[in-house]
Amino acid sequence: MNAVLELDTVTRIHGSGATEVTALRAVSFTAYAGELVAVMGPSGSGKSTLLTLAGGLDSPTSGAVRVEGTDLAALGQKGRAAMRRTSIGYVFQDFNLIPALTAVENVALPRELDGAGARSARKVAQAALDEVGIGELARRFPDEMSGGQQQRVAIARAIVGERRLILADEPTGALDSETGEDILRLIRARCDAGAAGVLVTHEARHAAWADRVVFLRDGVIVDESGNDRPDALLESAR
Amino acid sequence: MSVRNALLALLEQGPRYGYQLRAEFEDRTGGTWPLNVGQVYTTLARLERDGFVEVRGEDGDGHVVYTVTSRGREEVAAWFSSPVARTQPPREELAIKLALAVSVPGVDVGTVIQQQRSATMAALQDYTRLKRRATGDDPHELAWGLVLDSLVFNAEAEIRWLDHCEARLRRVAQDRDDGGPSSVEPGSSVEPFETPRPSAPQEPLAETMNEGGAR
Repeated sequence: MNAVLELDTVTRIHGSGATEVTALRAVSFTAYAGELVAVMGPSGSGKSTLLTLAGGLDSPTSGAVRVEGTDLAALGQKGRAAMRRTSIGYVFQDFNLIPALTAVENVALPRELDGAGARSARKVAQAALDEVGIGELARRFPDEMSGGQQQRVAIARAIVGERRLILADEPTGALDSETGEDILRLIRARCDAGAAGVLVTHEARHAAWADRVVFLRDGVIVDESGNDRPDALLESAR
Repeated sequence: MSVRNALLALLEQGPRYGYQLRAEFEDRTGGTWPLNVGQVYTTLARLERDGFVEVRGEDGDGHVVYTVTSRGREEVAAWFSSPVARTQPPREELAIKLALAVSVPGVDVGTVIQQQRSATMAALQDYTRLKRRATGDDPHELAWGLVLDSLVFNAEAEIRWLDHCEARLRRVAQDRDDGGPSSVEPGSSVEPFETPRPSAPQEPLAETMNEGGAR
């Protein structure tokens, strides 16, 4: 079974001298294809840092972050941006949709930026919207949709074009419990279909949708709950 | 109490015998609270004694069939129209354990909390897995889904409480660090949870949460 995301002894230090803060301390962490992993911890525990490193939005002070075997540091700025457009889907708490674009345009944007033709980008975007159950809202603008619908658009944008790594930062934070659950079902379904997912949350009820829950405290993984994947056990025994 | 009322509510939908009642109770609650048939029959006997049900003979296979009385119907209506009483808090082993962990010297409270959080999270993951399967809209699936939600919310509440305990204990330990170990004589610092017990052994928390304490 292949590792989609690997953090190898990653340390991230912000600032220096007296104001130095160690956000992550020698953290090693792997998310395999077909697996949803939740990262839980109080604010300041390093969970958001972990996610921004995994998404190539930030670089570690030491250690390596690999996505599908590629070291993000070796890619350079441009390569990482391309990686984010094609391989990594990011879902934020506040949706981060572009208000001037319709749903389908929002979802098509990363593909278009990547050089795909407008028509083919629209086509895959429509398919992604269909998959998250709001195909009929494709021409609406974000402010014409409910919070739950906007988050579905954001998920469609994160999964468009067969991306294999989904990173979600408190994706249900702004939603009521029932709508939040629908969003988790969608992320879960995508992982069941073969993607790797990392879900950062401080809500236990949401973390419970994951196969594994990793507890972070002061930049260190202190514990893990859930069943180890049998193949993960096999790999570590090798 | 809840089993008695649940059986009565089932009987209100028509005469039934003991095994049937047990099967229906477990079906609607997803087998979350297994009943043994002896328990069902003693409950039925008590309901009969109190005039809420009566025996209308046996069916063709020799099962004793119970029917609800009009008093029984009133009882069911009263149950559904009144809130469940929250009188004495149930004896909560976890709360008791933590209360003792913070006040008995030499216990690593942080580990007690994390162990429990991990175990409760594993249970929460199990409930969620069951919930993912129970997606149907028929009344029985719905009934079970709501029971599962109740277990989910209870487990979540426990984890939130553990998070809260941990945060509070950390703050207490930190305040003590900021005050400095040598600033005042040990044991005289402000200690809200100790004030009602002036004779308690000094600073039990410092020993467990904070190495480099007064000793």
